[in-house]
Amino acid sequence: MTPSPLKNLALVILLAFALPARAQTGGELHFCLHGEPKTFNPILVDDEASENIRYLTGGVLIRLNRQTQALEPALATSWTISRDRRTITFHLRKGVHFSDGTPFSAEDVAYTMKLLMDPETHSPTGDAFRSGEGNMQVQTPAADLAVITFPAPIAGLERLFDQVAILSAHSPKKEMAVLGPFYVAEYKAGSYILLQKNPNYWKHDAQGHSLPYIDSVRLDIQRNRDIELLRFRRGELQLINRLDAEQFDRLQHENPAVTRNAGTGLDAEELWFNQSPAAPLPPYKKAWFGTKEFRKAISLAINRADLCRLVFAGYAKPAYGPVSPSNHFWFNASLEEPKYDPQAALRLLAQAGFRLENDTLKDRAGNRVEFTIVTNSGNAPREKMATMIQQDLSQVGIKVNVVTLDFPSLIERMTRTFDYEACILGLVNTDLDPNGQMTVWLSSGEDHQWNPSQKTPVSEWEAEIDKLMREQATAPTEEERKAKFDRVQQIVAEQQPFIYLINKDVLVAVSPSVVGASPVVLNPWAFWNAETLRLGPAPELGVQK
Amino acid sequence: MRGRRKLRGICAAILCVVFAAGLFAGTVTSYSYATQFRERSNAPPSAAHLLGTDGLGRDLFARLLYGTRVSLLLAPAAALLSTLIAGIFGGFAGLAGGCSEKLILAAADLSMALPLLFVLLALRALLPLDISPILSVVATFVLLGLLGWPSSLRVVWASTKSFRNSDFLLLARATGCGRLRMIVRHLFPNLRPILFAQFWISIPVFVLTEATLSMLGLGVMEPLPSWGNLLRGLEDISAVSANPWRLAPLILLILVATCFQLVLPVQEETA
Repeated sequence: MTPSPLKNLALVILLAFALPARAQTGGELHFCLHGEPKTFNPILVDDEASENIRYLTGGVLIRLNRQTQALEPALATSWTISRDRRTITFHLRKGVHFSDGTPFSAEDVAYTMKLLMDPETHSPTGDAFRSGEGNMQVQTPAADLAVITFPAPIAGLERLFDQVAILSAHSPKKEMAVLGPFYVAEYKAGSYILLQKNPNYWKHDAQGHSLPYIDSVRLDIQRNRDIELLRFRRGELQLINRLDAEQFDRLQHENPAVTRNAGTGLDAEELWFNQSPAAPLPPYKKAWFGTKEFRKAISLAINRADLCRLVFAGYAKPAYGPVSPSNHFWFNASLEEPKYDPQAALRLLAQAGFRLENDTLKDRAGNRVEFTIVTNSGNAPREKMATMIQQDLSQVGIKVNVVTLDFPSLIERMTRTFDYEACILGLVNTDLDPNGQMTVWLSSGEDHQWNPSQKTPVSEWEAEIDKLMREQATAPTEEERKAKFDRVQQIVAEQQPFIYLINKDVLVAVSPSVVGASPVVLNPWAFWNAETLRLGPAPELGVQK
Repeated sequence: MRGRRKLRGICAAILCVVFAAGLFAGTVTSYSYATQFRERSNAPPSAAHLLGTDGLGRDLFARLLYGTRVSLLLAPAAALLSTLIAGIFGGFAGLAGGCSEKLILAAADLSMALPLLFVLLALRALLPLDISPILSVVATFVLLGLLGWPSSLRVVWASTKSFRNSDFLLLARATGCGRLRMIVRHLFPNLRPILFAQFWISIPVFVLTEATLSMLGLGVMEPLPSWGNLLRGLEDISAVSANPWRLAPLILLILVATCFQLVLPVQEETA
């Protein structure tokens, strides 16, 4: 029997379409983690490396789409929340199996939630769910229905499930049986983690192809960012999940095709003055730091545009306040853009009783305005910012000393002895929701850095922030929560307890061989869509040396 | 021998020029080490800025000169302090022997066993925050001097001990020479080359220790420059390859450290 010409033509056409598709599936994605993961148990995660593993291996009921910042169904096809925001009902996806073949059901959801909320487990993820006195209840009226009731209302409840990777109640592999796109196949401490494609992963693309496209992910444990960059340049790595501005700038000059700026990130750098009554500072300095006009004048005298341009090579934006403009829903768009106006700063200082004498600013009592900014040693951008602020403030007659301290000494001064005047540090924001910042804004909070752990709020505006933060946490709708948190942002802008300096851009590097990469400002920046990433043909792999 | 002497002469001349440039930095350059020309950041060398500018637009030549002043004036002071401590206690231990000797040597061993860097970090963190950059740099070098004596002490102690049983001291003692006179007239002149050697050796060590502290962000405070904090600009190796003039502080450090080694008279070197 000889094949007909028509059949041959069909075969050629089929091959022509099939080959590129085959070239873009399979393969191994290779990049680095910047630390050893402390655990593979998803409910015990409290470090970035473990969180990355959880993201790649864990199956969650609801997934926060890192690009749209909207919640999407995952293992739960739909969910409803009761009016009192205490009960959430999940309708679960049917026919899903863990990586080891164990079937998934509501029982697994109940098992995971009980483990998560068990005080003996000490789960950092579980802490976000703790509300009021009493126990959480989980009911499983059907295999595909789970009803979870909390003792008190929880604001942004559904969003918290993005962090809860479901464990199997029955699998002998315990937490190593997963529902995410990959599972941990190999781990060599201090060296690498190999993740293999989960053959039972439930998700398919629009054409019905099973996800993920790639076969495996190799995560090398590499703390040294310079070595990571060197390996990326050699083509040994296919992406770098976060670059600093200098590295990014250099790489962009060498090969612009591999650099991606995802936009302004959520993290902020800020300066604040120590307003703690326990601080061993002279009373006149405490009076300066407690004066709103003084803090606002300092804010006006800082040239944030120069900080962005010189310290971050232009890959940063002046910060408006506690919420980055990248946080689409929670950012208060009515806030005024931060200004640089030394003359306005001097006018404000004059209103507060300060006067400029021979280029030296003095207070009412004649004390020269001089203070020391501390920051952590070894952080070059912060040291540069402090040095630039030193020159900016000298233009309004203020003398600033800059001191760098090792991190433990700095924390000791900030939290125990309160022996410092002003400090520059960064606020790492991994959560879009303001509830994640409760300990920063409540006057009783330990992270209320300018004056922590107050028994009662020392000022009216702090009392108002306390009230607004508590109200937003129990408000029935997201819009009401937003209105209250907008007011918090307004008060912070008026009072400047934290003088927000800049929001850094999220900078990543992606090899042209990685198809479908679309970096975002939310962690994990470069590989949030790992399940839909494809690897291009071999000649394109890596970056030119 | 003549070649060696010539080399020493050249090294001494280089050191003199570098010292003088640092000392009269204000005359050599019209720029302040702290002024930021923000529109001219990371500029290459030019007639206006001989070594270009740093990331904040500060003139690197001015910073190098003022940094030289800081590092080269304070390192010898710290070296003198540590050599004095080593000379007094090492000499006493070597002469006295017995319990005093054991106690001093134990203290030296204990100090040597302590990780110097961590002790410096801890002591630096204890300093008040509101001290000026000048005081901070003096404090850093005083700490270096106070903590850098143990190795010199052991050298001085070993030499003194060997002198204790020497014929010339035995003769001096037999002729009724008093203890103080014996130390001043007989022991000290013999210890002098050793003390000089320790002093010269300590200078580059302290310059490098300050550089290490500054690399960790714990040395001289901004905006005051020192060789140490100027060397921090070399952290980014590929930026350096694109701007090779940034190697100037490293070249100067190597040059000065080498000159300090070569300038030692032969007598001190063999000591």
